Amino acid sequence: MASNLRIVVACKRVVDYAVKIRVNAAGTAVETANVKHSMNPFDEIGTEQAIQIKEAVEKAKGKVDVIAVSCGPSKAQETLRTALAMGADRAIHVETDDDLQPLAVAKLLKAVVEKEKPDIVILGKQAIDDDSNQTGQMLAGLLNWPQATFASKVELAEKAMTVTREVDGGVETIKTSLPAILTTDLRLNVPRYASLPNIMKAKRKPLEKLTIADLGVDVKSRLEILKVTEPPKRQGGKIVESVDELVDKLKNEAKVL
Amino acid sequence: MLRRDPTRIELRADDLVDFERSREEYLESKAKLKDQHRKFRSATTGPPPTPAGRDLRSTTASGSGTSSGVNNSREPRPDPFEIAQQERKGKSTAERVLARATFSTYSPTCLAAVHDGKVAYTADKFPHLKRDHSFKKLSEKDISYFKSILASSSITQDEEDLEIFNSDWLRKYRGQSKLVLKPSSTEQVSKILKYCNENRLAVVPQGGNTGLVGKVEKYDKEMQKQMLHATHNAIYFITGGSVPVFDEIVVSMSSMNSIRNFDPVSGALVCDAGCILEVLDKYLEERGYIMPLDLGAKGSCHIGGNVSTNAGGLRLLRYGSLHGTVLGLEVVLPDGTILDNLSTLRKDNTGYDLKQLFIGAEGTLGIVTGVSILSPKRSKAINVALLGLNSFDQIQATFKRSKDELSEILSAFEFWDQEAIKLVKEHLVAGAKDPLQSTYPFYVLVETSGSNKDHDDYKLNNFLEGLMSDDIVQDGVVAQDTTQIHNLWAIREGIPEACSKAGAVYKYDISMPVPVLYKAVEDMKERLVSKEVIGDGKLFTSVIGYGHVGDGNLHLNVAANEFSQEATNLIEPFVFEWAAKHAGSISAEHGLGVSRNNHLHYSKSPTMIQLMIKFKQLIDPNGIMNPYKYLPDV
Repeated sequence: MASNLRIVVACKRVVDYAVKIRVNAAGTAVETANVKHSMNPFDEIGTEQAIQIKEAVEKAKGKVDVIAVSCGPSKAQETLRTALAMGADRAIHVETDDDLQPLAVAKLLKAVVEKEKPDIVILGKQAIDDDSNQTGQMLAGLLNWPQATFASKVELAEKAMTVTREVDGGVETIKTSLPAILTTDLRLNVPRYASLPNIMKAKRKPLEKLTIADLGVDVKSRLEILKVTEPPKRQGGKIVESVDELVDKLKNEAKVL
Repeated sequence: MLRRDPTRIELRADDLVDFERSREEYLESKAKLKDQHRKFRSATTGPPPTPAGRDLRSTTASGSGTSSGVNNSREPRPDPFEIAQQERKGKSTAERVLARATFSTYSPTCLAAVHDGKVAYTADKFPHLKRDHSFKKLSEKDISYFKSILASSSITQDEEDLEIFNSDWLRKYRGQSKLVLKPSSTEQVSKILKYCNENRLAVVPQGGNTGLVGKVEKYDKEMQKQMLHATHNAIYFITGGSVPVFDEIVVSMSSMNSIRNFDPVSGALVCDAGCILEVLDKYLEERGYIMPLDLGAKGSCHIGGNVSTNAGGLRLLRYGSLHGTVLGLEVVLPDGTILDNLSTLRKDNTGYDLKQLFIGAEGTLGIVTGVSILSPKRSKAINVALLGLNSFDQIQATFKRSKDELSEILSAFEFWDQEAIKLVKEHLVAGAKDPLQSTYPFYVLVETSGSNKDHDDYKLNNFLEGLMSDDIVQDGVVAQDTTQIHNLWAIREGIPEACSKAGAVYKYDISMPVPVLYKAVEDMKERLVSKEVIGDGKLFTSVIGYGHVGDGNLHLNVAANEFSQEATNLIEPFVFEWAAKHAGSISAEHGLGVSRNNHLHYSKSPTMIQLMIKFKQLIDPNGIMNPYKYLPDV
């Protein structure tokens, strides 16, 4: 097992999983004002994975530096504090109020990676707000690194990683050299709770603030969102009085007979 | 002009002597009562107990036979007239109450035979209950009348369908009703009750039938959620209040389920009694409001049932009891009269506050058909922390501090002990992952709800840091997202279910001053240890304590290998006496139903019970509403 590792974990602040999503009045985006936000659940799994690797390596007298990175408005620092409370060592906040699309985030992460030189970058397979499922793959492309996506199991060896990934109809096991990109799937692990002593410790952990200008990245949107709409409302079921009525409805209304 | 009523007798010096005498009589009766208890306890070793109460009961029954009051045809029922008559004959009220109270001491706790499929009939489990023969048996004529006022789909007679209405979710109670009516309007309820009253047909009103005091309906959620719900529902039906005992007609409110009106300024919601709590909460959520009560059973329980059982639950600490949040009620009285008190006023000091009488009456005074309730604004920011502590003293210190430092944002303060978490881990998947690194003797769940997350976070963090640095709390976690909030709550809400999986569980719901809250668990444990009946291969397996610290409400569960008279005698009436001794209540939020009615005297004085009986007589002279329950058997 690797004795010294540096891991970067991407943590996106998104509308909480349990919140019912609403489209804004203009029909251009999801309403985010006054809505509870949390860390993207797949990123939470990524953070947990990084900490599990850290715990395992440090048990074998190695050293692991886990860096949580988030790009977004100042509130993203709350998400980073959560990552720190879970056990990350330090955090980097790329602060911007601009709307960031996956390519922009991938470029910002690339700049961070070039600065920090990690062995592994862990990302959630997708963020639950836009469901793009692109950032990890784009980052791998930009860095020209190998990628192991949709991981449900990770085993680390000296300068290599064996990853079981969930694919249609089964699982696939791949082995990759390091450095590499890892994106997490739901069944990889169950994230831990942030404990009180760790929440207190997290306050004293370093959180570095960067701007887009610091990283010299063009984050201009390449895509334009034309319209966002809610799915059509489900029609309520009807109770029919007789078999004849049912047959009639199946024939004339549902047109399935 | 105000004038003195000349028919009233003026007070004379002799009267004062009489008052003094009745006071003495009262004190004497209390002393007698105590004596009877002592005798009873020493007599409980031999099965089945035959204390003096049995004799007293027959005395009472034969006594009432001589009366010529309204209830002439129904001998066992008490009657104010009859009581007055008896008093004239030289038998005092105090003695009568004493008789009732003494009888109650051996009222059995249900010895359910749940193991082999079919649940035993409640009537068989409570052998002292006898069908009141003054109640008419259902005839074809009655059914054709109901068919004339209700749609055919609103009448259930099929035996299999009836089973749902005849049993509670805990499968502890089972009635023998032959008819379920589902009225869809207040007028229909009125017609049903008028007919039943005139024809002396006994009635059991039923809501979602999720109560621990006696109701049940189908659950429409996925299995696990169902179980969670069901277990909490259990709170309201553990005492068997909404399930028929004999052949009472079940009046189900499930078809009366529309929201009548909502005022988005005041938050006053007016709806039918059959509205499901969760449906109402969803409706209010869309408008930025919240129901002032929350129960595990919210997916199936009806608001009318909540009101009738004065359901407590998880938000009581924050929003108070239904006695405060219910603004008005529409009730159909047993004679069919519609009492329209659906006010939406917050302030109304005109006359007696009649609605209060029906809140928590468990359907013994009429059927609640409409509810007006004040809903508070829904909090935008919610935080949950789970703490591990070493002693109940630390819980109290934490609670005191939470009131100081979290004050207006504190919305729940729940606790459970090591035994409880052990059972949750053993029996439930949901609680399988212990959020804390190691185990602690006590756990506390603190919830805050407020309007500004930054403000709440700041307060909560300071509060928790203070607790940690002052060594009041050993460890803890703070939920980082809504999923974690749900998972932490799932531990607390899963305890009743986990307990029920542990074997035969004797459930008690007692309230008392917070400082002695956990002493009840310790004293019970000590009692069972000293009698050498707890442990591996013994009668009892564990004593579990959890509950609402903020409300001084303890759920004391005693797990046994099986229900038996021997086990019952070891914990009852000890637990009730314990509650009475510590100025507590024997039923904090579970009500009385059919299993606690005879223990009422532990919490209420003879004078109060007497007045309750008079109210019942006045409003339901034929005693058709939810009979055999609530008030002590006579």
